[in-house]
This record gives sequence, structure tokens and C-alpha cells, in this order.
Amino acid sequence: MSNITNQSLSKILESIKSKKISSLELTQAYIKNIENAKKLNAFVTTTFDQALENAKKFDNKPNNEQLLSGVPLAVKDLFCTENIKTTAGSNILNNFVPSYESTVTKNLWNNGAFLLGKLNCDEFAMGSSNETSFFGNVINPIGDHLVPGGSSGGSSSALAADLTPATIGTDTGGSIRQPASFTGTVGLKPTYGLCSRWGIVAFASSLDQAGPMTKTVNDCSIMLEAMSGFDEKDSTSINKKKETYSKNLKDNIKGLKIGIPKEYRVDNMPKEIDELWEKGKKILKDLGAQLIDISLPHTKYALPTYYIVAPAEASSNLARYDGVRYGYRSQKGKDLIEMYENTRSEGFGDEVKRRILIGTYVLSSGYYDAYYLKAQKVRQLIKKDFDDSFTKVDAILTPSTPSSAFKIGEKTNDPVSMYLNDIFTVPVNLAGLPALSLPAGSDKKGYPLGLQLIGKALDEQKILNIGYAFEKNCGYKNEVKKWWS
Amino acid sequence: MSKEKFDYFINGEKGKYEVVIGLEVHAQVLSNSKLFSGSSTKFGADPNKQVSLIDSAFPGMLPVINEECVKQAVRTGLGLNAKINNYSVFDRKNYFYADLPQGYQISQYKNPIVGEGKVLLDMPYGSKEIGIERLHLEQDAGKSIHDMDPSSTYVDLNRSGIALMEIVSKPDLRSPDEVNAYIKKLRSIMRYLGTCDGNMQEGSLRADVNVSVRRAGDKKFGTRCEIKNVNSIKFMQMAIEYEANRQVELLEEGKQIDQETRLFDTKKNETRSMRSKEDAHDYRYFPDPDLLPLKLEQKLIEDLKKSLPELPDNKKERFIQEYGLNSYEANVLVSEKEISDYYEEVAKLSDKKLAATWMMGELFAMLNNKGLNISNSPISAKNFAELVQSIKSGEISGRIAKEVFEIMVESGDNPKKIIESKGMKQQSDPKELEKIINEILLKNKDKVDQYKAGKEKLFGFFVGQVMKLSGGKANPQLTNEILKKLLKG
Repeated sequence: MSNITNQSLSKILESIKSKKISSLELTQAYIKNIENAKKLNAFVTTTFDQALENAKKFDNKPNNEQLLSGVPLAVKDLFCTENIKTTAGSNILNNFVPSYESTVTKNLWNNGAFLLGKLNCDEFAMGSSNETSFFGNVINPIGDHLVPGGSSGGSSSALAADLTPATIGTDTGGSIRQPASFTGTVGLKPTYGLCSRWGIVAFASSLDQAGPMTKTVNDCSIMLEAMSGFDEKDSTSINKKKETYSKNLKDNIKGLKIGIPKEYRVDNMPKEIDELWEKGKKILKDLGAQLIDISLPHTKYALPTYYIVAPAEASSNLARYDGVRYGYRSQKGKDLIEMYENTRSEGFGDEVKRRILIGTYVLSSGYYDAYYLKAQKVRQLIKKDFDDSFTKVDAILTPSTPSSAFKIGEKTNDPVSMYLNDIFTVPVNLAGLPALSLPAGSDKKGYPLGLQLIGKALDEQKILNIGYAFEKNCGYKNEVKKWWS
Repeated sequence: MSKEKFDYFINGEKGKYEVVIGLEVHAQVLSNSKLFSGSSTKFGADPNKQVSLIDSAFPGMLPVINEECVKQAVRTGLGLNAKINNYSVFDRKNYFYADLPQGYQISQYKNPIVGEGKVLLDMPYGSKEIGIERLHLEQDAGKSIHDMDPSSTYVDLNRSGIALMEIVSKPDLRSPDEVNAYIKKLRSIMRYLGTCDGNMQEGSLRADVNVSVRRAGDKKFGTRCEIKNVNSIKFMQMAIEYEANRQVELLEEGKQIDQETRLFDTKKNETRSMRSKEDAHDYRYFPDPDLLPLKLEQKLIEDLKKSLPELPDNKKERFIQEYGLNSYEANVLVSEKEISDYYEEVAKLSDKKLAATWMMGELFAMLNNKGLNISNSPISAKNFAELVQSIKSGEISGRIAKEVFEIMVESGDNPKKIIESKGMKQQSDPKELEKIINEILLKNKDKVDQYKAGKEKLFGFFVGQVMKLSGGKANPQLTNEILKKLLKG
């Protein structure tokens, strides 16, 4: 079973259930991969001993009734894990060990999975290239000079490099979908409120949403089923019956109406992205879907709106990192204020500081109306654009990103160009909708490219179905050469 | 209100000044757990023993509204005759302090749960209505303890996250006396409702006091100063007097008043500048994205309304009607729910009017002297009623009743038992009294003659002798009658 780790999660689950492989053997295989892939810097923390214990425990008393029976999983280091260091990619939480488990990870463990390690990410999930992490940048398995996307860059890298059978990330403005697109993997940002935010280090509360990152659409439906569900500890959690996405997965999409928004054809978009989009349209059309041109007129305001709302919330959410109760505390300073200043100056990186400054500014008295309040109004218009379109279509197809993975260091001194990478993903977060990024092809350099399917609120099943049908007919297979081992 | 009797003005050399006061009262909500977490709210626990991960703002922790606190706020709003808002929003008030773990306080800014209402005050010059601007829910902060260590500050988060109601009055108060009456009335209403225990020593009730002055007769308000966090009525009154006089002095000197936040130094009895308007915090309020807007069903409000207990204003009216009390008596007896309950129990078993007189006289004086309140009175309502009835029936005189009362305080015994065992029953048998009086008249023939010759002042001497001989038990009225009759004869 030397190549078990390059299988999909669903294949691995089959092998476990049919006892072709033990949970211990599987776990050992991943540990070996991880140890050989240190160059990628995908992990902040590994929990091998604990994982091996859990694998043995499973093998001694296998319960195959669960969605994720006996499977080790690495997760983004933004999810608080009980007694396991949780850093959010930041120096300020470098020594933080939670006494509690996030609802989403707890759901995974309750479904039979166990923790393999904690994955690197942009600091407090702020970034699109995993270059803002205190623990160093992560490398894309596609090429040693490429970023894996961000902020869930450790997750996308680990998944594409076969260091975990599936993983979870968080998506505030594209942090699951963009790295999925950059690594040729599947990523889903669920409807806001479908997965509990309890125990996830907060970036922007009204936008943050956890979601699965997987190798296939079927895997994605399994993971979503396992991690989602109502949580009374999160007031924004949606109280609805749990769905069985994997059981209901269908590849018949005949007659579905797919919206093609004209505003997503942006200036200076590489020809390859346009061609990819055309290819996607053709595949869906050939499967019997109907393409409908739609307009989402406020799309161009999404990015500026996002970069007001998200930093505003972040500036407040990150106020708790003050060195008083946990985390990093500077030893310098003669009074409380100086302690705060030094702790936060030394504890936060530049990108986080930039967003705290922006957020503090847009909420300041005298500027609130012009920025935050206006952004909230525009946000409503963006949401309304989608609501209007969804009276006519079942789902919307767009590119996931305006480019393929870029070079490490290429955009670090140009934050606006970095922010522009989220141009297709951000509107979805502002509207609270689900969206799936699918590997759909590659550019001339051979770097993967993704297409995005946007659904109605709580219509995850439908975009998974479309994605499932697309995947079967796309003919694109992401090949990762293991150059690092 | 009869204005001429109201005379709280500050006399400057250049004229009379009126003082304008508005209060922001912070009342701790009575509830078992905190506003957004399940931690206990009990007072007096060891430091940091009632703190959840939410109260201490650990990463990824989220607030969940405590429904009981919401109901308490609605009840209070109804008790203040205020508009209950079906839609309200929790906002974040952002500032850094060591005892504010989140780095923001969850409060309500633009959309409070309760809107405008009013409170009626009974002042010596008539009743006065004080407008309520709003009531909103917010989290309390923890406590910084600066005096435990010479170089460090300690933080106790037990209070962090406890629900507060901030009750904002309109600038309708005009004197320290009105402030006293207002706080007491507010406290009384909340205690009747069971929404706040009003315990100022434990910090359950404290206030920010806004003070300004203006020339008597002026319509425009002066510039106000806010005195932060005053935790007793006495200190509020002292702070207002100091602050108003300070402002008048400034105006008289031709200077202007700066809008600022001040602190009241209870040791020096003065207010001190804390920060000016320029240094005022920019709290960067914005709606808390972790909480959905609070939507209240009309039915919930109606149900709470129906379940409200009788409140002081209504009870006062009823006491006047039902028990024949005057407005002053009724006012005093409804001021606290426990007092009104005690009175009603006594009034059921005895003379209503006499019960009121004796409660407000002997009983209150005794409680006051002993530093007790009505709920731990050494005299039960039932025993007190018996005492009142003994007076009413003429069984004992008022003077003896005071002695019986003293014994009741010490022993907790039933008055009947005391009267009987000590033989304190009033001598009301005319034949017995005549016997005593005749004896005295015989003994004091010379004085009888003097009396008859016109020295009528001696009447008191005879009464005194009767009392002395009867051990104070002679019925005074009867004694007078018989004495007069026999002295004539």
C-alpha cells in the first residue's frame, strides 16, 4: 500500500472499512510523507504520537459506521484544539495552548477522524499567499518558487502533497477557494452559519466560515457533512436539519440554469483564465445545463467594501491579544499602555498591523459614516445582486482567481495587487453564500487553475452536484511531482 | 408643583443659578448567570472563580445572549412606563483596559432595548415627573486592584460580563434632594420588580452624574461635566453640590466651563478633572457581528407586562384608598416592597391608621438605631399587630406600649404575654380608679383646697400621683374624667 496517500479520502475510507489497510498503517504513511516534506513548511505543529495512539485505538475497536472512520486529518492552525498549541500563524499566540476544542474539529473527531497536526496559515488568516505567517511561508507542491495561496496555504499545500487525506480551512474572502485553485484541489466555502465559528480564532466575524479542502468533490461532500451543523454556542449558526451531502450526491445536472456574470470578465485578465471559463461553460452545457447571462452590477465595489468591513471587524476582534491573560507578552514597558504597545508591536506582523490600522481608521468617529456604514450599505446591494440573479439561475459559474499561483515574494511589497487576487471570491463572503472551487485546467506553465460555482444560501448540495458532474467530465488531472522528497 | 417652595438655587454675587442634573444609572441585573456566558454572578466569590472562557475573551469564544437578562430589562422598562423596542442591536464599544478582556464592551448604542419612559417623584413641594431617555443592556467590566502589590495591578474578572442596565434620565433633576428621591424611587421600582437588588455597597447600583448650571430663568442649558462612577447617594449629593458651586464660581469669574469627565474624590470632597472633551475616547462603536439583532415578540412583552407585580405608585394609591392613609404615610410605607408587605400584614390584623403611625414612629426608629431593615426586624408583623391592637382597645396606654415594645425588641416575645406576665394591663375599671384617686385626694387635702381656690395647675400633680400609685397603668383618659368629677365635688 505504498501509494495509499495519493488516493482520495473516499477511497481511503473504503480501504479502512474493508480492512485493506489499518488506521495505523495509514497514519504511519502520512507521517512518513510529512517528515519527508519539511521543505514545504506546511505544518506548524505535528501530533504524531497522539495520532498513532488514536489509530491504534481505532484498529483495536474499529467503528466503521462513522463518516471519517479511522482517518488522520491535519487542520488549519486557526482551529483551537484542546491541549494542542494553536497559533493562528502569529507570534502573539506562539505559546497558546487552548483548553477547549473548536466545534468544527470536535465534529470531525466525533465522526471518527483524529488530529495529525496543525497547518500553517497566514497570520490571523490575513493574506493570499501564506507569506504573512510568523512561522514562515509555505511552498506550493506545484513548484518550489510558488505560493500555495492563502490564507489556508498550509492546508492546500499539505493536501496537494499528500500530507493529509483531506483538510479544513477557513474562508473570509477566499482563503479556502484561492489556495484550492492554486494547488489544483477542491475547496468549499459553505453558507455563512452552516459551520460553527465557536473555537475558531476570529478574523472578521461576519465573513469567517470554515469549510472543507479535498481532492475530490465526493470527499468535499463527506467532509462538509461531518463538520457542519447547528451550534447553540454560535449565535450566528443556522438552526436547520443536518444534511447528508455525500449520500445525495448526483451527477445529473440536466436542465439546471447556470448564470454567467458579465462583471467577472475583468480588465487585464489572462487569456488563459478566459479560456478556462469557456471550457467550463462548454462542459456544463454538454451535460445539459442551460447557460444564462446575468449581471451582478455591484461586483466592482466588492473588493473595496471587503477591505473596509473585514479590517473593521478584525481591529476589534484582535483587541483581546493584549498580553494580559494569555499569549505573548513583551517584557518591555513601564506601564500598562507601554506593555500593550510593545506586546502588540512585537506580537503582530506587518499585514495584521496594516489591517488593524485600516479597521481602526474606518470605525473612527467622523469616518464611520463615510466608510463602515457606506460599506455595509454596499454589502446589502451586493447581496441583492445575487438574490436577484438566483430568481433566474440555480448556480453561478466564474473563475476562482484572476491568475494561477504567483511567485514567492512577487506581491509582498504590493498589498493592493495581493488584495486583487481575491476579486472573484470576496463577493461571495459579503453575500454569505456557498461557493465551490474546482480544479478545471492549467495555464501554459502547467500551473492549476480553478473555476468557482456559487450557490444560493444553503444550496450546498446543488453546487456539489454540479461540481461532481463537472469533475467527471472535465478531464483535468492535477499531477504533483514530489520534487521535495 | 408649587415652585415657590422649591428653593435649590446657588446664589452667586451676580445672580441666582439653577442646577441641572441628569443621571446615567448602572444597575446590575439580577440573574443567575452573566449577560453572554453561563458564569455565576454571585457576589463575594474568590477572585477569578466565576470566569468562563467567554468572560476572559479566549480566542474563538462567542457570546450568546442570556434570555433572562433580556426579560429583566423588559420588566424594568415596563416598570419605568417606557417604550419597549421590539428591535434592538448590540454594539461593540472599543477601548483598551486590563480589566476589559475583549478589548471592547458589548453594549447597545443606537438601538437600545428600552426607549423613553418616566418616573414620578414625591417631593415636599408636590410630585415631579422625571423623564427617562433610554435603558440599554451592557456588560460590566472586571475589577483592577491596584493596592495589593506595590508594582503590579491585579485583575479580578468575576464581574466581567455581568449584565448591567444603563438607565439614562433626561436632564430633569434640579437638586441633590431630587437626585436622592430619584435614585430611591428607581431602586424601589427595581426591587419591586426583582430586576436589581439595588445594593450600592456591593456596587449593584452606581451612577455617572451629569451636572450643569445656568442663570435662574435661562432656557438654554449650560455646559455639563460628567462625574463618573459615584456609588452612594450621599456621595452623589456631595459631588453635585461641589461641582455646581465650582461651575458657578467659574461663571462668576467670567470663565467658561469645559465639557469634561471628572472624578469625585470622597476623601477630599471635591471633583477632579479626569479627561477633557478633546481627550475623550473614540469608542469606535459598531454592531457586534457575533450577535444577531435582538428581536422581541410582542407576545413576550405582553406576557411580561401581565406578570408584573404591583409597583410603588399603584400601591401608594391603593394604600390611600384602602387603608385611609395620607399621601405622606402611603409614600413611606410603599418605598420598599418589604416595608409595604410588613405593613399590609399588620394592617390586616389591627387598626390601619394606628399601625401606620406606630410603624413609622417606634418601629422605624428602632430599626434605624440598630442598623436593621424590616426583613430582619426582631418584631414579627403578627406581634406588632397585636401590640397595635392592645393600644387601640385601651388594654394598654401608649406610654406602656412603648415599654412593651422595648421588651418585644429584646425578647421577641408576644405582647400579650409580656403585658400579662408583667401586669402591665391598663387600669380602666372606673371603680378601681376612683378608689386610688380618693386615696390621693385624702392624702393631699391642702393641695385639693389650693386647687379649689383656683390653682388649677395642680391638676397635673394629681394625675402624676395617680400614675405613680398605679404603676403607670391608669387609663389616662379615665383618670382625667374621674379626677375632674371628684375635685368638683
